[in-house]
Amino acid sequence: MMEWESVIGLEIHAQLATKSKIFSGAATAYGAAPNTQACAIDLGLPGVLPVLNTDAVRMAAMFGLAVEATVAERSVFARKNYFYPDLPKGYQISQYELPVVHQGHLIIDLDDGTTKTIGITRAHLEEDAGKSLHEDFSGMTGIDLNRAGTPLLEIVSEPDLRSAKEAVAYMKKIHTLVRYLGICDGNMQEGSFRCDANVSVRPKGQERFGTRAEIKNLNSFRFVERAIEYEIERQIHLLEDGGTVVQETRLYDPDQGETRSMRSKEEANDYRYFPDPDLLPLSIDTAFIEAARQALPELPDAKRERFMGEYQLSAYDAALLTVSRDLADYFEATVAALGGEAKLCANWVMGDLSGFLNKESKDIGDSPVDPSQLAGLLRRIQDQTISGKIAKEVFEAMWQGAGDADAVIDQRGLRQITDSSAIEQIIDTVIETNPNQLAQYRSGKDKLFGFFVGQVMKASKGKANPQQVNELLLKKLAG
Amino acid sequence: MHDKTIAQLSAGLAAGKFSSAELVRALLERIERFNGTLNAFITVTADQALAQAQAADQRRAAGQGGPLTGIPIAHKDIFCTLGVKTSCGSRMLDNFIAPYNATVVEKFDAAGVVMLGKTNLDEFAMGSSTETSYYGPVRNPWDLDAVPGGSSGGSAAAVAACLAPGATGTDTGGSIRQPAALCGITGLKPTYGRVSRWGMIAYASSLDQGGAMARSAEDVALLLQIMAGFDPRDSTSAEQPVPDYGASLNDDIRDLTIGLPKEYFGEGLDADVARAIEDAIAEYRKLGATVKDISLPNAPLAIPAYYVIAPAECSSNLARFDGVRYGYRCAEPQDLLDLYTRSRGEGFGSEVKRRIMIGAYALSAGYYDAYYLKAQQIRRLISEDFRKAFTEVDVIMGPSSPTVAFNLGEKVDDPVTMYLSDIYTIAVNLAGLPGMSVPVGFAKGRPVGLQIIGDYFAEARLLNVAHRYQQASDWHTRVPAGF
Amino acid sequence: MSLGPEEVKKIAYLARLAVSEDDVPAYARNLSSILDLVAQMNTVDTRGIEPLAHPLAMTQRLRSDEPTEPDQRTLFQGIAPQVEAGLYLVPKVIE
Ligand SMILES: [Mg+2]
Ligand SMILES: [Zn+2]
Repeated sequence: MMEWESVIGLEIHAQLATKSKIFSGAATAYGAAPNTQACAIDLGLPGVLPVLNTDAVRMAAMFGLAVEATVAERSVFARKNYFYPDLPKGYQISQYELPVVHQGHLIIDLDDGTTKTIGITRAHLEEDAGKSLHEDFSGMTGIDLNRAGTPLLEIVSEPDLRSAKEAVAYMKKIHTLVRYLGICDGNMQEGSFRCDANVSVRPKGQERFGTRAEIKNLNSFRFVERAIEYEIERQIHLLEDGGTVVQETRLYDPDQGETRSMRSKEEANDYRYFPDPDLLPLSIDTAFIEAARQALPELPDAKRERFMGEYQLSAYDAALLTVSRDLADYFEATVAALGGEAKLCANWVMGDLSGFLNKESKDIGDSPVDPSQLAGLLRRIQDQTISGKIAKEVFEAMWQGAGDADAVIDQRGLRQITDSSAIEQIIDTVIETNPNQLAQYRSGKDKLFGFFVGQVMKASKGKANPQQVNELLLKKLAG
Repeated sequence: MHDKTIAQLSAGLAAGKFSSAELVRALLERIERFNGTLNAFITVTADQALAQAQAADQRRAAGQGGPLTGIPIAHKDIFCTLGVKTSCGSRMLDNFIAPYNATVVEKFDAAGVVMLGKTNLDEFAMGSSTETSYYGPVRNPWDLDAVPGGSSGGSAAAVAACLAPGATGTDTGGSIRQPAALCGITGLKPTYGRVSRWGMIAYASSLDQGGAMARSAEDVALLLQIMAGFDPRDSTSAEQPVPDYGASLNDDIRDLTIGLPKEYFGEGLDADVARAIEDAIAEYRKLGATVKDISLPNAPLAIPAYYVIAPAECSSNLARFDGVRYGYRCAEPQDLLDLYTRSRGEGFGSEVKRRIMIGAYALSAGYYDAYYLKAQQIRRLISEDFRKAFTEVDVIMGPSSPTVAFNLGEKVDDPVTMYLSDIYTIAVNLAGLPGMSVPVGFAKGRPVGLQIIGDYFAEARLLNVAHRYQQASDWHTRVPAGF
Repeated sequence: MSLGPEEVKKIAYLARLAVSEDDVPAYARNLSSILDLVAQMNTVDTRGIEPLAHPLAMTQRLRSDEPTEPDQRTLFQGIAPQVEAGLYLVPKVIE
């Protein structure tokens, strides 16, 4: 049985978060009525000309710096010529021979705890196409050109990825990075972040690449993983059955869980690239690069390192908390408000808070409990006003808008009982009402200790300080 | 009134000798009378012109406006004009009412210049005779059997026949200079980037340049003054100050050194044309200029390089005409491919299709280096030739066209012979330099034009050199018989 | 350099131009003679010469990122061959 190795490279399209289009002054806001954000330039009217958006260039430069790539002093826009109804000019303005960013890299974490460096061949600026709507319009297709001319950064990896899981890890890392940089909203449902995967297989040990298939337009991490896994299997089966892989474009069908050949797009692909004569060479000087560098936020890897050092968090916790800039900021604001106790803050942010956010599919920015309110709750755990268990109840009330932690604790009488005589009284009652268990315990059945703790906690409605309960019970049960 | 220059008309309007409305009415009558013969105009905007004229008269009465307020001109039908059909001489755009104005049109509007209409041209400016127009050929007012040259043939004929004192044109390979020469008028193709291309329907973007056509260099200076200037909507527009072109018209030219490239006087040049050019050079010597023989060794490669670069750019520029958002759409398309191929196949004429195909071929896989890249390298050599020449001379002179106007139909079936009409003009576009054509006499009863080529942004110098000649000669004042 | 009928058809398809069978020979002849003219380029050695894409040695100017274009859909679609519900219509696109 031959052992196979898969070789994967990703082309990620990240829609840049500019207010206007890459070559026109039309707005880029999502969801507008069809063709209301398609100006003369986006429609490709006769006689119109493109002028480049400075922020698209700035964002590309920021990305280049973030992946330690070269930001080209000189890059060139080219025309990619093909006919398609969502492509108004009959060509897409893109970059071909001289992209704005080249030769960068990114380190991804693998499941076995090791890391791997993935090369980034290039990242280039280009314009997006419009959308074809295949609902029936008198048996025809409708074309909405609002998206035409939206700036894209196409990020092309080296064929360094060896499994679907690695591909997803890489894509997630790029996703985190572009959101950190504030250059892309990362919204995959709206198509702001999507990818094409080039997949091939070869016998393990063979140096030459196998023939690749390109799977187009994958717009979720799950689809990327499934499509690549399916495609690897398909190619291996094909080769083992004595067939050959055809170089082609394929489409992933999430309903069937398979990739299908897109022959319609394949025929006679001859894009006739040449430098766009309406645009001049893009020159980026050191001042521009320095300004982009100044605009860089702390990047995910650096933040994770810092969290591990500054807050003594595990690598796992630090990674989870730095998955987005907003989450990391929330965590840090909570620690600052509480004045320490980073581990406690981390547990709450990753635990209850994230749980509620997920359940209601909310972003951290929409959390009804802000960092100072969460810190207010944690302070009450810290000073033993409430137990961790009661805190969960208080948090839920806060989430539902019942007010600050102190207000909830007071209103609902949730303050912890730390008065030992009060706890002793409860213990006495519990012992009295459970004579059988007491006898068994005293005759050596130690396991029943837990039963008594539970009964006491229950009788105190969970408010008795658990540590005191333990100590006093031990003494009392001993007789 | 119709045979007066823009400068004379401007003085007349300023002195209140006549109103703009009177002037426009007189010209509209002439257009009505002669356009059936000449076919110089595709669209005449009579009502709009009269309204603009009345507004201009009011502006002048209020003591406002500039020297050209109330002056009527014609626009080549390649400039987009809001609310007015902009056909580019093509069936493809026969139904195209432009939804916006070209910058050039906007600038003339702002100056109070009146638009008489839109002039005929070779389809998408691809041609040297104005015979490829969907609207039929234009005739040369000097001889109705002759072509006016092209592609700005409608503008040239309109000015030569005194239907308009001035007109806009565009020049990608000689399309202002060659028709100006063949119609006996004065035309200027400015430096690439001097005049905005916004709203000027693209043929070959790295070569196209708008310019002016009129009966004298002085008039061309007045028109260029309005057209020229930086436009933020055109990335290839030059951020250069615009000089006062009128101020230097009369400058002395005794210190002028004229270069005569030997490549422009060799085989292929008609002997009678050569004689008229030599007479003009002799006149310049009389005016005190020094003449020097020079060489532009790569000039013979200009046409081959051009017929790769221009078609390559046009094959891409004209891809937008697909029958989806505007323009011609074929009847009852069976499917998407049918929509594309028939709309384009029926909407474009054969010369346009030829150039699109040559361009698509030159850019296609496996041919790019041999054709496109090679042509761009030759373009560099040609531009270097000029750079070297301008270290020795101030202007370069030669014929605008190797022959006088040829007869209608004479070259229409032989594209390559037609292409050779632009043998002396094309190198200037490849280098992006400014060039003029000035009438310097007749051969075989048809006009001869002298080409004057300048260094980058030396339009003021060119106009000065042309003006001094026109002060000493009267070729530019001749009007064809019957007009 | 001469182009045969099959090549003419291939290029016509690439450029999405319907060319009738009757016109193919004329296109083949004319395009071939243009390519012969163009072949004169090969008389000069251009090794090492940097291609010139633009006559002026300028670099790209940048525009500030501001939405400046108003909605003009009604105006633009007034000249469109076929629209419905604000969309441009084309024969059904099969993916
Ligand atoms: Mg790609
Ligand atoms: Zn792309």
